[in-house]
Amino acid sequence: MGIVALLVGMMAYMSLHWASMPPSRIETIDPATLHIAGEFVEANLGSGVEPNGSVTVRVVGNRYSFTPQCLLVPTDTPVTFRATSADVVHGFNIAKTNVNVMLVPGYIATFKTKFKEPADLEMPCHEFCGVGHATMWAHVKVVDKAEFEKQAGGKRRVSCVK
Amino acid sequence: MLSNGSRRLILAHFWLAFAAFLLALVLGEWQMYIRSPLHDWISNPELYYRAVTAHGSAMAYVFPLLVAMGFGYAIAELALKQPLIGLRWAWASFGLVVLGTVTAMAPVSMGLASVLYTFYPPMIGNAFFYIGIVLVVVGSWIWVALMGINLNAWKKAHSGEPVPLPMFANVAGAYLWAWTSVGAAMEILFQILPVALGFKSTIDAGLARVFFSWTLHAIVYFWLMPTYIAFYVLVPRAIGGRLYSDAMARISFVLFLVFSMPIGMHHLFQDPQVGSGMKFMHAVFTAMVSVPTLLTIFTICASVEIAGRLRGGKGALGWIAALPWKNPMMLAVAFSFVMLGFGGAGGLINMSYQLDFVIHNTQWVTGHFHLIFGGAIVIMYFAIAYDLWPHLTGRALESVRLMRAQLWLWFIGMLVVTFPWHFVGILGMPRRMAYFDYSHPALAPQAIYVTVTFVGGLLLVASAVLFILVLVRGHLANRITLPEFRFSTPVHATTRVPVALNSFALWIALMIGLTVVNYGFPIAQLMALPQTSVPAVPSVVK
Ligand code: HEM
Ligand SMILES: [Cu+2]
Ligand SMILES: [Cu+2]
Repeated sequence: MGIVALLVGMMAYMSLHWASMPPSRIETIDPATLHIAGEFVEANLGSGVEPNGSVTVRVVGNRYSFTPQCLLVPTDTPVTFRATSADVVHGFNIAKTNVNVMLVPGYIATFKTKFKEPADLEMPCHEFCGVGHATMWAHVKVVDKAEFEKQAGGKRRVSCVK
Repeated sequence: MLSNGSRRLILAHFWLAFAAFLLALVLGEWQMYIRSPLHDWISNPELYYRAVTAHGSAMAYVFPLLVAMGFGYAIAELALKQPLIGLRWAWASFGLVVLGTVTAMAPVSMGLASVLYTFYPPMIGNAFFYIGIVLVVVGSWIWVALMGINLNAWKKAHSGEPVPLPMFANVAGAYLWAWTSVGAAMEILFQILPVALGFKSTIDAGLARVFFSWTLHAIVYFWLMPTYIAFYVLVPRAIGGRLYSDAMARISFVLFLVFSMPIGMHHLFQDPQVGSGMKFMHAVFTAMVSVPTLLTIFTICASVEIAGRLRGGKGALGWIAALPWKNPMMLAVAFSFVMLGFGGAGGLINMSYQLDFVIHNTQWVTGHFHLIFGGAIVIMYFAIAYDLWPHLTGRALESVRLMRAQLWLWFIGMLVVTFPWHFVGILGMPRRMAYFDYSHPALAPQAIYVTVTFVGGLLLVASAVLFILVLVRGHLANRITLPEFRFSTPVHATTRVPVALNSFALWIALMIGLTVVNYGFPIAQLMALPQTSVPAVPSVVK
């Protein structure tokens, strides 16, 4: 009967736990109007420096590419990804890092990380999104903080798309 | 002793299961070939995704379900020692599973539903794919009801007696499945079908993933039910030992019932539509569900040691040498434990919220579940078939050397397949890709590992062919007079069992209660959010 007591105790604990802890904010967005207005319009995609010095990277996944296709990020700086999908479920991971995000249409995903050293990394879509799924690879260029500041200087958004 | 009617029923389940398994296995090996460096480019990747949809659906739904159902009928008659009640309903259920499988696979083979076995909306395939899945599930629910009915009839006639352990575990598995399948059933009935049939054009993709995760994780525990049942009720008897503890077995099965459901959201750690508090809760419960597995490993190791000592093994390790290593059941359980050990180590990595970020949806995940499911779990399905076969055919199963060769091949093949598969996952190779550009410098180093996996797959295909061969030879061998079928006996005869471990009401209440708590909140939260539905995207461009 100890087990039962334990289970019931845990259920009680869980209920209290939730009552005391607000759910983290879930952000929604309409994929049909992404490109017309709001933070995911094309001119606003890519990396931008925030007033506090951190960097925000906005990315949209659609069949079968990411926009932008090449992300430019600095080393040793807090980086926040904000991403969503324009059509079906996509996802991405950046090889050799802990960056791993699901893009569910209708919702905005956020992910915070820091890059340690300069590198050229691959960023594939990692959820089946249709017959072209295997073609959906983007790239990430991690550059030295100073180099990033040079490239980003004065621009609203940067990327490494040529 | 099994009646003739039940024998035919069980053989039908097993043969359909193994036919689906063999076909799906060949498809799996073809997929590995297509994406390995041995094959240069697939001109139509859609064909690859047809294959993965068929391979995944057959391996994840049809094959384990039919094994569990066939084994369940056998247990009901052999453990309760009463004729199976509802033979006609059982055939009707089998018919629905067959009809559902055909209905689902027809559009898949035509390329109209290449949506994979996880069918994440808003991508929507042909409606018949989903209707087929619903038919399979409804068919399986009849089996669940029959297991409950047979148990209750026995209890009426034997009031106060302990339910035989094999039936207790079997019914726990059946109830687990009934509740597990509700998540995907709700997703299909309320969300997907209205869209697939053209009544609606939008769907909440985040909510669909939450419903599906309800099924996706607990289904793993359903896959391993036949394996765990075999560990407890077949292995000790087959190797000449005793079951170390009957109570421990019952506790493990009820814990699975309670804890496997409310943890499915650990599949959604990276998802934007689930809050972080929920994710943490599900991570905690995920840790709880390892308890019954640890109990099982302990109890079975102790039971095996008893067998070794009964056979004259002495000293700290001498009992291991004394075990009947020529016995296929002994080999199978040893291989299964080794694979479970490797898999368990990998599982700890999946479980931790932090490390999961490195490997989520990479080939690590596919390597991991092929090792656990295809390896540790399925190798015991083979052992179950070998153990039951003479009682189903009435003929001797004599190809013991072939059986051993088959099990060795499966074990070695599985290690060769999955070790490199895990490794490319850590290197970041993503899932569900029809091909890779190995000429790219970032991918070139991974090429050789995919080739090794492909070669391991050849061993598995060979092993599966041997398996079928052994069973076919079983049908052609000489008739024998069968000894009575026996399950393992515990060290201490089970004369009395606490009510809680002899019935399910309490555990089902907890199972449903915990699921409602753990899922009710996120589901309600998503349903309350405005404008989360997005346009559906047909899987085929018309
Ligand atoms: C009993 C043995 C096996 C079982 C139970 C099994 C089961 C599964 C399941 C459930 C999936 C998921 C499908 C999906 O992600 O949509 C899958 C995927 C796959 N399987 Fe198997 N499988 C088995 C054997 C094999 C073998 C021998 C091979 C080839 C070496 C293989 C190759 C694959 C491949 C290439 C995928 C796609 C993985 C991905 O990119 O996501 N499978 N398998
Ligand atoms: Cu994609
Ligand atoms: Cu994709």
